[in-house]
Amino acid sequence: MTEAVLYDAAGPRGRRRILVGSVAGGVLVVLVVGLAVARLAAKGVFEAERWQVLTRQDLLELIAQGLGATLRAAALAMVLAMAVGGLLAVGRLSRRRWLAAAAGAWVELFRGLPLLLLILFLFLGLPAAGVTISTFWALVGGLTLYNSAVIGEIFRAGILSLPRGQTEAAYAVGLRRGQTLRLILIPQAVRRMLPALISQLVTLLKDTSLGFVIAYAELLRVGRNAVEFLGGRYSIPVYTAIAVVYIAVNASLSLLARWLDRRTRRRLGRTVETSAADEAA
Amino acid sequence: MDAVLDNLATFRQGFVTTLALTVVSSVLALALGTLLAAMRVSPVPTLRAAGATYVEVVRNTPLTVVFFFAVFVLPQLDIRLSFFVFAVIAVTVYHAAFFCEAVRSGINAVGVGQAEAARSIGLTFTQSLRLVVLPQAFRTVVPPLINVVIALTKNTSIAAAFGVVELTAVTTRLANANGDAVLAIFCGSALCYLVLTLPSGFLAGRLERRVAVAR
Repeated sequence: MTEAVLYDAAGPRGRRRILVGSVAGGVLVVLVVGLAVARLAAKGVFEAERWQVLTRQDLLELIAQGLGATLRAAALAMVLAMAVGGLLAVGRLSRRRWLAAAAGAWVELFRGLPLLLLILFLFLGLPAAGVTISTFWALVGGLTLYNSAVIGEIFRAGILSLPRGQTEAAYAVGLRRGQTLRLILIPQAVRRMLPALISQLVTLLKDTSLGFVIAYAELLRVGRNAVEFLGGRYSIPVYTAIAVVYIAVNASLSLLARWLDRRTRRRLGRTVETSAADEAA
Repeated sequence: MDAVLDNLATFRQGFVTTLALTVVSSVLALALGTLLAAMRVSPVPTLRAAGATYVEVVRNTPLTVVFFFAVFVLPQLDIRLSFFVFAVIAVTVYHAAFFCEAVRSGINAVGVGQAEAARSIGLTFTQSLRLVVLPQAFRTVVPPLINVVIALTKNTSIAAAFGVVELTAVTTRLANANGDAVLAIFCGSALCYLVLTLPSGFLAGRLERRVAVAR
């Protein structure tokens, strides 16, 4: 990897320079962080009393409820998105051109629109058409519409990543197209897609935080309500706790995805690539 | 339909704000992301650790939480700026991590021989990065970079919840005002976003072919 050869093993002068650089860099980081901490401490942000609010039983229960609501919405949206995404992938791979074009149009449309816009459209638009919708279903609906497009593409990449010989052998034995997909291609593709799917689950978990805009009681909204109830002085401890919860959940899922990726590569040689861009959305 | 045509001026204002937010944040995030990528591959262990920590923490935090810190915590540090600037800061800080990962994958995609040749003629780390590796790395990762820019464009919609009057905020306001034309207003807004995102996708393909490095 090019990363490793950008610099040689350092000689004595090089080692000294790297040591100086490390210390200077360390001092710089400590200075910047220290300055921010000093400013915050001057405003009393680090008073023990403010941070003790995190030990309150009712706040911890509230955060747990928010986390539960977040996980519920994420799980349901993931399951629905995988179901619709599977249909989209098969549709795009179909030989009937109208079906492939329609599925392609759906994918391009929903990948090009912001997720918040979709959620707001469901939340504000459906009542105008006479259909009442709860915040939960507006959030899950928006997440499903958007992620079905992304997961459909992951499924399609997984099926296309299989060697052509599999399809050819299936046809040679006399299987029809639908049977080939069902019996030969999809079972093999699922193992390859698993790391990419878990990465998409991490992105989906992050996107459930958009529920706070429509007042769904997920983790972030719960935090904001807690701050409004307890008072603005507790904003930093509460939001830091919320951020830590998000980071913990997402980091563990990311580690799982990376471990699965390494294992699958070792055994099967190829996985579906996850792009940095899909994680950003 | 009339609701959209009557409010074209408002739509235009929201569109311009979204475009401004996107362009400014993309440029700043790309610069910061390149710096972070250089930090992650540098021989100085402290910089490597700092870069890796930044990327891991930001990648696992939702953009809304980053916005919360920018809008509610920065004023407590006596940094009082407009909502637009806070939005730029939040969007930049978040997407710099993704630009960093894309640029780093580009650095690793450049042939090992290039870096070895640069070292063998005596270029230092910063020189080989600046003159040999990064120019080739950027030309290799044009599609992922543009995909991150597209994701950034869509993520600017979150600024609507934090006081910036951009396209999504305009849409919500108009939809609440004209309850009978909600579908038309959302279709107008969707059209504006697709005008921003779809051409970027085509641009990525064309730009990639023009600047591709011949191997």
